[in-house]
Amino acid sequence: MSITINGSVVELPSDARVSLLDYVRDHLLLPGTKKGCNQGACGACTVLVDGERILSCLALAIQYAGRSVTTIEGLASNGGLHPLQQAFIEHDGFQCGYCTPGQICSAIGMAEEVKRGVPSHVTARLTDDLIALTHDELRERMSGNLCRCGAYNGIVKAISGTYASQAPK
Amino acid sequence: MTPFTYFRPGDAADAQSRGALPGAKYLGGGTNLVDLMRESVERPQTLVDVTGLSNSIEERPDGSLLIGAAVRNTALAENRAVRMRFPLLARGILAGASAQIRNMATIGGNILQRTRCTYFYDRDGARCNKRSPGQGCDARDGFNRMHAILGASPACVATHPSDMCVALAALGAIVHLQSAQGARVLAITDIHRLPEDHPEIDTVLAPGEMIAAVELPPLPFAVRSTYRKVRDRASYAFGLVSVAAAVDVDDGTIKEVRLALGGVAHKPWRALTAEAALKGKPAGEAVFWAAGEAELSAAQPLSHNAFKIELVKRLITAVLLELTTIPS
Repeated sequence: MSITINGSVVELPSDARVSLLDYVRDHLLLPGTKKGCNQGACGACTVLVDGERILSCLALAIQYAGRSVTTIEGLASNGGLHPLQQAFIEHDGFQCGYCTPGQICSAIGMAEEVKRGVPSHVTARLTDDLIALTHDELRERMSGNLCRCGAYNGIVKAISGTYASQAPK
Repeated sequence: MTPFTYFRPGDAADAQSRGALPGAKYLGGGTNLVDLMRESVERPQTLVDVTGLSNSIEERPDGSLLIGAAVRNTALAENRAVRMRFPLLARGILAGASAQIRNMATIGGNILQRTRCTYFYDRDGARCNKRSPGQGCDARDGFNRMHAILGASPACVATHPSDMCVALAALGAIVHLQSAQGARVLAITDIHRLPEDHPEIDTVLAPGEMIAAVELPPLPFAVRSTYRKVRDRASYAFGLVSVAAAVDVDDGTIKEVRLALGGVAHKPWRALTAEAALKGKPAGEAVFWAAGEAELSAAQPLSHNAFKIELVKRLITAVLLELTTIPS
């Protein structure tokens, strides 16, 4: 059985116990995806599966056979950083950098959810099909990604600078 | 993690024949089961991945919804019919976990998730009757701030952690079960057990029995409904207590009301005593408070969670005030 990682089709491990996180880090030697808590509490291991953000530590790699996974290593194109990667640099969206790959993958998935009209806990009217990415919406939607350095102000600026203007007013 | 065989069935019958094997478990998104396997609290020999089955949300002509068990939490919360007609369910789902986990977790898995009692998770450091029957319960006299105030037993004071299930309880959802022996339906409030002497058994499901779908019966007044959760952080935390409510007020009188509580018991708690105390009464703060008092009269606090009793009463009152004073 195979899986697509950053555009390359690769074989899945024969041991069903291998998490998607350990698979990309230890088997494919893509260490950008980080192991923080390894129990679904911190978001450092966030990757995109067919564009949707998930926690790779709580995923068995074999569950995602046939799917297409994007890790932080797969975001740059033609030698240029993804606009959100660039924004994290410009806004000091990190200190130690350990949560950053998860923050960036998570925010990319989040932007798609907002575009699709997925409501959040702080969305006032569930009847609205269009949602603006306000400060409160952004904070709530990114609550699954912790930053122990407390670089949240820069993280919020980087994400809102990249995506807030795309959301309907 | 103990080795296991992973199996992806072609159809429901295939899944059920594998699911009936000794040591087999159904796998949804894995957000709870994979974690418990890593902690060696769960040690299945076979995982039957049912995420490829029943993925649809069917809107039926009578106003009911039939939700496939493998529908992801996010997909249900963003569904237009759910947002418009069953807002308490969308709110309940969105109050739980993080966006990443909601993208993974299925409806069936949400119902069958296990308690987050820390003593249950602590295999090496704590006694737990749910994890190791007969061992004892370290939560009862331990740090039990998060634990049950209703329906607990000497053997177990754990709570069911789901937000979604509290909304389903208020809605009177019907769970469609399937096994090799046949199909049956049960009310969501009949799925989970109270702990009694066997806290190791969470639900009434037979071995190999599978949740196929969840049905929301039509409930027109649920357009005026909500879910409110009190937790230690503003986001991404399990609830201390929560309330799901829908209410139908006509000319100041409560015609119909649905009320369910989370964070208080071993199962999502339909507040039937409070509902009976509300029906036919004038909508107002004193009536709401009295209904909460009636429901909580049976509450038995532990050493660290007596605050939940007052908190639930206030929450019931606040939620009902919100629903009956703000125009829809």
